[in-house]
Amino acid sequence: MRRLVTAIALSLPLVPPAAADTWSQILDEARGQSVYWHAWAGDTRVNDYLEWVKLRVQDEHEIELVHVKIDDTGAAVSRVLAERSAGNHDDGSIDLVWLNGENFAAMKENDLLYGPFAERLPNFALTFPEHNPEVVTDFTLPTEGYESPWGKAQITFYYDADEVGDEPPRSMAQLLTWAEANPGRFTYPRIPDFLGSTFLKQALIALVDDRDALYEPVAQSDFEEVTAPLWEYLDALHPHLWRSGRQFPANGPELRRLMADGEVALAFTFNPAEPAAAVADFELPETTRSYVLDGGTLGNVHFVAIPFNSPRSAAAMVVADFLLSPEAQARKQDISVWGDPTVLDVTRLDDETRALFEQAHDNPALLAPEALTETLPEPHPSWMTALQDAWQARYVGR
Amino acid sequence: MLRLAPWLIVTLLVGPILAGLTMALLPAFGYMPALGGHGFSLDPWRQLLAQPGLARSVGVSFASGLVTTAISLAVVLLFLAGVSGSRLDRWIRRLVAPLLSIPHAAAAFGLAFLIAPSGLLSRLVSPGLTGWERPPDVLIVQDPWGLSLMAGLIIKEIPFLLLMCLAALPQLDPERRVAMARSLGYRPTTAWLKVVAPSLYPLIRLPVFAVIAYATSVVDVALILGPTLPPTLAVSILVWFNDPDLSRRFMASAGAVLQLGVTAAALIAWWCLERLVARLGRHWLARGGRGNGDSPLRLAGKGLIGLATLTAFAGIAGLALYSIAGFWRFPDALPQSLTAAHWLRALPALSGPVATTALIAIGATLIALALTLAALENEQRTGRQPAQGRLLSALTLLYLPLIVPQIAFLFGLVVVMESLGTRPTPALVIFGHLLFVLPYVFLSLAESYRRFDPRWSQLAVSLGASRNGAFWRVRLPMLLAPMLTAAAVGLAVSIGQYLPTLLLGAGRVPTVTTEAVSLAAGGNRRVIGVWAMVQASLPLVGFIIAVGLPRLLWGNRRDMRGSP
Repeated sequence: MRRLVTAIALSLPLVPPAAADTWSQILDEARGQSVYWHAWAGDTRVNDYLEWVKLRVQDEHEIELVHVKIDDTGAAVSRVLAERSAGNHDDGSIDLVWLNGENFAAMKENDLLYGPFAERLPNFALTFPEHNPEVVTDFTLPTEGYESPWGKAQITFYYDADEVGDEPPRSMAQLLTWAEANPGRFTYPRIPDFLGSTFLKQALIALVDDRDALYEPVAQSDFEEVTAPLWEYLDALHPHLWRSGRQFPANGPELRRLMADGEVALAFTFNPAEPAAAVADFELPETTRSYVLDGGTLGNVHFVAIPFNSPRSAAAMVVADFLLSPEAQARKQDISVWGDPTVLDVTRLDDETRALFEQAHDNPALLAPEALTETLPEPHPSWMTALQDAWQARYVGR
Repeated sequence: MLRLAPWLIVTLLVGPILAGLTMALLPAFGYMPALGGHGFSLDPWRQLLAQPGLARSVGVSFASGLVTTAISLAVVLLFLAGVSGSRLDRWIRRLVAPLLSIPHAAAAFGLAFLIAPSGLLSRLVSPGLTGWERPPDVLIVQDPWGLSLMAGLIIKEIPFLLLMCLAALPQLDPERRVAMARSLGYRPTTAWLKVVAPSLYPLIRLPVFAVIAYATSVVDVALILGPTLPPTLAVSILVWFNDPDLSRRFMASAGAVLQLGVTAAALIAWWCLERLVARLGRHWLARGGRGNGDSPLRLAGKGLIGLATLTAFAGIAGLALYSIAGFWRFPDALPQSLTAAHWLRALPALSGPVATTALIAIGATLIALALTLAALENEQRTGRQPAQGRLLSALTLLYLPLIVPQIAFLFGLVVVMESLGTRPTPALVIFGHLLFVLPYVFLSLAESYRRFDPRWSQLAVSLGASRNGAFWRVRLPMLLAPMLTAAAVGLAVSIGQYLPTLLLGAGRVPTVTTEAVSLAAGGNRRVIGVWAMVQASLPLVGFIIAVGLPRLLWGNRRDMRGSP
């Protein structure tokens, strides 16, 4: 209990004086509204979790939450853009979007977002942003309250221990050696996929001498020179990849399907719990194991944001706040539900709340919790775009 | 009132497409104020032309349009030429409807799973015959030449062209033509190819054009089976439209305009091929060869169409098996265990999308049916000759939505609809579907309607019925079977629509197809299997009603029960 008091005390300076008052007004306004939440729906576990959120916000706040299932967040951005092109500035069809990184940067730059609102959410304080800058930084860009953190992702490798044994490659250099010894048993999603692009960045971070350059806009450094080791590495790696690097899976899920079909033996994902979940779903063999590269892997936070023309921003904020509640965050982290790591600072929560987040770690496919402590921050988003263009110029249409 | 029907149809179809195209054309030349593009420039085109692999994307799109159409058409004509009324022939004709009802994406998933190195065929023979303990590392699905893409499209276009041919054939009286030719000593298959095919082709020309346009610009099948480095042009455009970097929208619009050009180029190339074939064919006809190698031709027709049908059903069977599979990994021929878990998980989420899908499909089909009947009845009453096969006539505009690539005008149409102040509702989606349902319903019904013996109506009128009375009480009941078939085709088309539903409905109008595609993004073949089954079974219900209802109602009137 004392911790909770401390937590509240710590969070106080963040909340503007009149906010408490305003929040109850927001709650009143939100009652009875519908929220159309555009969220990627490629994972039945995520969809099931959103179904639960829907029931809870209905009970608690009388908000009707509708999960608009999309296969690409870009589709939601397109929609908002089309509405603005057509002069629809106050009756948009999207109230909440699940996004991060490039999509956030693009929407913010083009003034397609509502806000700042994140600091107004009472539960936002539980993320302790002063101690956890990643919840207010999206790919090095300050979020400035235009999106509210929801969950965490970190590159996690997984492999079939039946084939690979106990010694999977633990660095980019070892990965190349391993691929040479096991031709056709590894690949990465093709660029411009999000996960595939992240693999490029992960490799780049491991291969460059001066990492600091990656955290500034790409225009400030000599792209050719900085990335030269990366292309050298990829040129060496590609002949040993699945299909000799002439073809790549479309995205993370397809990479997982290749693992499921036994076409590759080593893969990676952004959701640390995904391999364990896929074993439970009969997709991956029970000999699947997860790990993180030595020296850590790229990690980032994913967020929810409200488009500028949402007519129901109050209800959208209430939903965003509910998503940050310990109850919702703990359930999301539960491996049997979704397994998406929480953005709350669990160590600073009171004992009772913290107990919600404890879970058994007896699943052999699941990553050990301490493995996720080494997280590399995402480079500036301009690097992603530059890397994608360079990769395509190099490997497409050959 | 009736006289307005053709104009209403044309306005409904042409208006939105022209408006949508305009809204794609403006950003293609740099004009899009919402993204800061206030002037006109050629930058989007420069950016587009600098895209790596663009020439290859365009080449694959162009080639897949022509190759798919040529092979599908050849297979269908060869099959029809060799048709002899055997049990196998009747079976294949009966399978047309269920084949048509399989959504393109589901058929593509099925084919991909069938022929992949770790797929069903490979699993059946491994490791026993091949010795493969692991899937061989060979590139089959998504090959850079687009061969698997073309195969997937051919499987789906064959039933479509077959249905169109079967609808048009009776008016040519093929039996008598063939009998005449055979009396002159021609072998049966050769006789059909020489005396029926040349007259049949003009009647199915527009559907053939629709196939070319579809195959050059298809998105869903190309995503699953098409090449990837680079993908086909249509897929690239979709990727650019969805790119987080919003400045790519300009380039995407330029790409959409280019897609229109590629489709047009494919159509023109086909038109030139038509001339060439006509010239060579005339020589072949006049030479008077009686037909050596008649039976190889017949066997080829039957064999190829049988292969295509079998492949489609085997792919679907593989997906069905996956929807109840426990752990199932290469090289096991069958899953290690079966489970209902995937279905049980999907069931609670099914009812909403199924109801919406039904509402939209039935709504769009009823409107399309009413407009089609009105236009056809108007044609009968004014005695105007239908403009069959001719490229320039008012009703040819009906085919515009099938010929202009969806990806070229749908994004623009959303902006137009938003500016008109319409908000995403099921009604707007029904309107969007109507663009595609109406042409198919018209295409399916027109022949039967025009062929309907006018003496029935004349008899009714002479007995004192009004013209409307004759329409409602004689013509409609007698045309029940073809009307239901047309409606079933319309339902199938509506159920399969993805982009129009997603874009016009803003995702708020979830149908089984939008759900299936968004879940397919997760790549879980078991989930895909469940949703593909649902997606394929809905149109099948329509076809079963279309076949069953006339038999039930007209049990004592053989010729009103429709085709077998």
